[in-house]
Amino acid sequence: MIEAIKGGLLITGSLFMLLAAVGLLRLPDLLTRMHATTKAAALGVILIMLAAAMHFSEVGVVARSFAIIVFILMTAPVAAHVIGRAGYFVGSRLWSGTVKDELRPNYDPLTHELKSGLETQENAKRQPRANDPD
Amino acid sequence: MDTVLLISQVIMGFALILAFVRVVRGPSLPDRVVALELFSTTVVGLVGVYAIQSGVASFLDAAIVIALMGFLAAIGFARFLERGGPRDD
Repeated sequence: MIEAIKGGLLITGSLFMLLAAVGLLRLPDLLTRMHATTKAAALGVILIMLAAAMHFSEVGVVARSFAIIVFILMTAPVAAHVIGRAGYFVGSRLWSGTVKDELRPNYDPLTHELKSGLETQENAKRQPRANDPD
Repeated sequence: MDTVLLISQVIMGFALILAFVRVVRGPSLPDRVVALELFSTTVVGLVGVYAIQSGVASFLDAAIVIALMGFLAAIGFARFLERGGPRDD
């Protein structure tokens, strides 16, 4: 029984990794490629580490494989965010079918200034509250 | 069980080949960095499978170290990209 579960986890995990690689190869621009690799590859590693934990079934090994799972879950989004940000600012082209890029009209790449779209004279006025300290 | 291990290793090797195609072809440097990160993640999976195959649990420590190195390399590449510097995609 546990052999079958282990085999299923291994095959599913490696198939998810293959899916990540196919997405990396087939998708049109940087951000879509990143969305494929980050999620699918993290899920693949998680499934394989679960299989390893079930195979050894000792306390130390299970703790180590869960440490790998937690590490992947913490670092994959951070790395994807950092690379995506760098790629956007370097100026990698978005896919021609991109529907919305909310950062482009509001962000100045030279001064690194981000507008909220609410900078009117009315909003710039000071509106003191009743419980202000001064 | 041996057959299952072999099949998953072959699938992950194929995934490595596909990622390598993107490393070679990738139009810009961020694409290559993403492909290299997928490399490190896939190698973590391969090491996990090899730990099961050989029955040596210490390979999982190597997997932790590989994952850490991949993360640090991604962060370093991103810093390099944002700070500028000579680039030749």
